[in-house]
Amino acid sequence: MVSASPSNPAAPRGRTLLLDGITQRYGGSVAVNDVTLDIRGGELVALLGPSGCGKTTLLRIIAGFLAQTKGHVIVGGETVDGLPPNRRSVGIVFQNYALFPHMTVAENVAYGLDARGADRATQRSEAQRMLDLVKLGHLGDRYPRQLSGGQQQRVALARALAVNPSILLLDEPFAALDKNLRLDMQIEVKRIQRLSGITTILVTHDQEEALSMADRVAVLSQGRLEQFSPPTEIYDAPDSLFVNTFVGSANLLGGVLVDADRSGGKVRLDAGGLIGTRAPKGDLRPGSRVTVCLRPEHLRVDPGAEGVETLNGVVEMGLPLGATVVHEIRVGDGTAVKVSEARIDRTLLLAPGTPVRLAPIAPGLASVFAAA
Amino acid sequence: MAATLRNVTTYDLRLAAPLALGFVVFFITPLVILLALSFQADPQGTHYGLTQYVNFLGDRFSLGVLGSTLWLGVKVTLLTLLLGYPVAWLHQRAPSWAKGIIMLLVLLPLLTSVVVRTFAWVVILGRQGIVNAALASLGLIDTPLKLLYTDTGVVMALAQVQMPLMVLPLITALGRIDPNLADASSVLGAGHWRTFRKVTLPLSLPGIIAGCLLTYAAAITAFITQSLIGGGQMLFMPMYIYQQASTLQNWPFAAAISIVFLVAVLVVVSIFNVLGRLSRGYTNA
Ligand SMILES: Nc1ncnc2c1ncn2[C@@H]1O[C@H](COP(=O)(O)OP(=O)(O)O)[C@@H](O)[C@H]1O
Ligand SMILES: [Mg+2]
Repeated sequence: MVSASPSNPAAPRGRTLLLDGITQRYGGSVAVNDVTLDIRGGELVALLGPSGCGKTTLLRIIAGFLAQTKGHVIVGGETVDGLPPNRRSVGIVFQNYALFPHMTVAENVAYGLDARGADRATQRSEAQRMLDLVKLGHLGDRYPRQLSGGQQQRVALARALAVNPSILLLDEPFAALDKNLRLDMQIEVKRIQRLSGITTILVTHDQEEALSMADRVAVLSQGRLEQFSPPTEIYDAPDSLFVNTFVGSANLLGGVLVDADRSGGKVRLDAGGLIGTRAPKGDLRPGSRVTVCLRPEHLRVDPGAEGVETLNGVVEMGLPLGATVVHEIRVGDGTAVKVSEARIDRTLLLAPGTPVRLAPIAPGLASVFAAA
Repeated sequence: MAATLRNVTTYDLRLAAPLALGFVVFFITPLVILLALSFQADPQGTHYGLTQYVNFLGDRFSLGVLGSTLWLGVKVTLLTLLLGYPVAWLHQRAPSWAKGIIMLLVLLPLLTSVVVRTFAWVVILGRQGIVNAALASLGLIDTPLKLLYTDTGVVMALAQVQMPLMVLPLITALGRIDPNLADASSVLGAGHWRTFRKVTLPLSLPGIIAGCLLTYAAAITAFITQSLIGGGQMLFMPMYIYQQASTLQNWPFAAAISIVFLVAVLVVVSIFNVLGRLSRGYTNA
């Protein structure tokens, strides 16, 4: 397992996971609302959404801790709805790791093998192999309380993987780690996931984590699936206003759609200027009120800008953020627009009150949605 | 800063002074007097020696009373643990409305006097009592069973009376266990029984030990319940001491028995304490 690589045809392929119309009600409230996700074997999928959007609920349903109100969980083509957690072949790393405090690290890792009836020798050698995989081979005799947070997490990962599960579930696994350690562990988890080829679901409310680690990202809001796409698509071609604003940041500008076809649209902004956009979603027709989302890095401050796409504004504030400079600029209709630019020109930092002109760095980058 | 800290400490000590005084006057002093009394060779106190202790330790009857009292504590503690653990476990898993009801049922005995509760057991266990009436009307027995004034009766009544002392520490201990641990266990392939045996039970050990300690100490010293349910036929240490002191006016012997009993209890308590410290080291995260 350790020597296998994803391109190697002998590498183990994870099982597929299909969540088919999953709905979960708690009394009167709906925590998960008709979520369908078709996950490929070996894929790393991030469930991304704000706190309370139903991520943990969905994870608990997959693990079998919770029986869903409606829908089916199908692993490798087989429905597992009726199976208790101990017969689902799922591995979980809990947010607080949930290591058994009264067992050594090696006993923790061997726990699942013991439960499955493996003999002592197998338990010991397998536990050692898993600990080596997470680079903790020398700490098997310690107790969890004697380990750092990052080490505890590695143990939790080794324990989950030791029973060779079909699906690996990670519930906000990096939330408790400090920033440097978090990056190390993200790389580590990604490495191990690639090596083992195990289908993995990563729950997170951290968009950077989701975008950097996942093959595909499922964005959830209030129990509903907003979009399920590769990270670049989530960022560049968001399906909804929610996704556009939750992932990355966006300036929202009101306007009227004047022209739209499959290749793109044109919107007359309330702030002045006629801006080219991506093709509008849904049945937006010319004449509709729309909201245009423009990412701060898709705009530039340019005193010499000319043409229909240009907006006039006044600098409210300039923030030098090291590699970039962010200006907040009040435009014609009173909206504050953020503009983020690489600080190539070191003199670029405008004083409040400076009148400026704004323009998109390229045509057709803005997204357009029906006005909220 | 340092001055403020010192002020806080001295202030704290002064707050504890009334309690400390009460402790000295009402606990240490009587204990010292008791100890002195136990070394009197005769009730008049004409000379001193180990006579009373020699009498007690050389007397099979007295040793029998001590033994049966300590053994009674063991039986009551085991029964209370056996009955109390499921209650605490249920409380842990119950929805919050049911938690309130279970807690009320557990605490209810503490809200009534021990005398009242014990008399209720007299009614339940008597020859014409509820148990016998029920068994007879079901046709299971012809003649009433003898339950009152038996060892079984005393153990049952004591177990019920001391139940809160067992259940409350157990509820606390079970409540401290991270619920994710049971989930982690089951997802790793363990069934309910294995999860209980390997995770829940070992992690609740501090509560088991605390509960056993409290129940044991309460059961062997439960004068009222022991004497009312045990009746005249059964003699346990508290009643034995009372008879020697009050009825026979043999104060030195009563004092010596008390000291022997105290030492025996202290030995048991320190065994529990050692176990408790071990289990805490073993379960602390
Ligand atoms: N056991 C429960 N009973 C009632 N409501 C619950 C329960 N668990 C979660 N919820 C509700 O369901 C919603 C989703 O919760 P959760 O899945 O924990 O969200 P997330 O993990 O995305 O933060 C929340 O509104 C939460 O309050
Ligand atoms: Mg959550």
